[in-house]
Amino acid sequence: MVKLMDIKTKKRLMQTACKVRMGIIEGTYNAKSGHPGGSLSIADILTYLYFEKINIDPNNPQMPNRDRFVLSKGHAAPALYSVLAHRGFFSVEELKRLRHIGSMLQGHPDMKNTPGVDMSTGSLGQGISAAVGMALASKHFKSGFKVYCAVGDGELEEGQVWEAFMFAAHKKLDNLIVFVDLNNLQIDGTLDDVNSPLPVDKKLEAFNWHVITIDGHDFDQIEQAVEEALAVTGKPTAIIANTIKGKGVSFMENAVDWHGVAPNYDQYKAAMAELEEYLKSLED
Amino acid sequence: MAEVKKVATRDGYGMALVELGKINQDFLVLDADLGAATRTGMFKKEFPDRFYNCGIAEQNMISLAAGIASTGKKVFASTFAMFAAGRAFEQIRNSVGYPRLNVKIGATHAGVSVGEDGATHQCCEDIALMRTIPGMIVINPADVVEAKACVIKAFEVDGPVYMRFGRLAVPVIFDEDYEFQIGKGIELRPGTDVTIIATGLMVAEALQAHEILAAEGVSARIINMATIKPIDKEIIIKAAKETGLIITAEEHSIIGGLGSAVCEVTSEKYPVKVIRIGIKDTYGISGPAVDLLKYYNLTAEEIAKTALQAVKCK
Repeated sequence: MVKLMDIKTKKRLMQTACKVRMGIIEGTYNAKSGHPGGSLSIADILTYLYFEKINIDPNNPQMPNRDRFVLSKGHAAPALYSVLAHRGFFSVEELKRLRHIGSMLQGHPDMKNTPGVDMSTGSLGQGISAAVGMALASKHFKSGFKVYCAVGDGELEEGQVWEAFMFAAHKKLDNLIVFVDLNNLQIDGTLDDVNSPLPVDKKLEAFNWHVITIDGHDFDQIEQAVEEALAVTGKPTAIIANTIKGKGVSFMENAVDWHGVAPNYDQYKAAMAELEEYLKSLED
Repeated sequence: MAEVKKVATRDGYGMALVELGKINQDFLVLDADLGAATRTGMFKKEFPDRFYNCGIAEQNMISLAAGIASTGKKVFASTFAMFAAGRAFEQIRNSVGYPRLNVKIGATHAGVSVGEDGATHQCCEDIALMRTIPGMIVINPADVVEAKACVIKAFEVDGPVYMRFGRLAVPVIFDEDYEFQIGKGIELRPGTDVTIIATGLMVAEALQAHEILAAEGVSARIINMATIKPIDKEIIIKAAKETGLIITAEEHSIIGGLGSAVCEVTSEKYPVKVIRIGIKDTYGISGPAVDLLKYYNLTAEEIAKTALQAVKCK
């Protein structure tokens, strides 16, 4: 039943995701702030969407009927920026200007400033509602585009998220696919330490969503989940992606302290060396 | 005295939405389970397929409206002022205001004239809240004619607009051919001793105050200030220079509303005494709307009394 991705495509995506991760480290290091942990956990999903799936054109970022992506967990902006840069929306060099005065790369996504950003987000819970609005508009005006969205697991503690889930299912928005980045960590600790929204799958099923659970770092599973979601009718789909916060940089993995702290020079060097080594291993 | 025709500004909102719906198919109307009260129900009746009820979830409704607007379509989002400007403040600020999206917020049941529902539903802080959002246009029409006109203008203008409507039927002031302009105050009566700048349902009271004052030999200029932001600085400075005394009248907290906006202009550009009539840092209470307006001194008599005393002290 499992249709594996073409091996060349998969390798290319892994290489791209590694470069995206390097962009995340580059950006947060140069900004001396930002959120590397949750950016690294969502990097594979964003890489897959932007390089394999969604209908966008870097030369025409405002293409009216393009697919939309909303990063509801807006603090993972370094991941979105890195993906957009590598996809050609703007120069990869720009990532070094993350969070600098006058930069197009604000601390959280700003649709008025950054080519390729479809919605300004950052205040948790609001992006998913906007994504639902986009999906509703696509259906109502028969525009035909799909809407993808990523919410954080900690973000599920915001009540507005559940208002959005309720509405999307009630309006049968089957053109909406929401990834839940389940890395199990939020600023103050694990989900369980704080105010766990688990089990997410059962809650979303009860909200009349089609629910798929995957390993969010496995491109085969990401692709299969998206294909399945696109085939679902009458329901929105939630893809619960089990991920590792800090994925790809060993000392950042599963460490709560890397939620909102930038690497210092030594950590930056170590992280980049590790990622470069991994990239080389993929080229062999 | 002939019977004055009275209509609530919320009715103007509903009527204008229907008018717009007839000539334009490219926008949607959202409500949060209050369609009958906010009068978006009138639009729903005519164009059921272009109306979406978001249920009792105002925060989602506002961000959802932002999502719709981000795709290039205009959208009206309606609920009571309390739940729009109050509950969904941050959604308006971050999802709508910051990306400057074409969301037009129709907030009804503003002020104490909500009546019997009492303090929890009587929003006297919305103008203050909305005014602080960069780029937000804030309009508080005086009657049904101005209400209709402001909806049409809000639809035409690019960017977010907050429109404030009332539940209570109030006197019709303007003729149907009245031309409303965003950001322009209107001198409704000339005067040289004092200027009364009013907004919303207090405009009709100010016009009555003009008559009372005239009988006392006081010449009161009356200005209708429907747009609170951007405020018409020119008409305020002119009034300050020519009458040397300003009284503001609003069915809103005297903190942060029209009175504050006028003071900001006069204190920087041409300092004169400004007396603010409005809700004085307190919550509302239950009661019939007309009685509540008297209870809170939001009347022509109070305006006239205040003006008379102030003119004597000049």
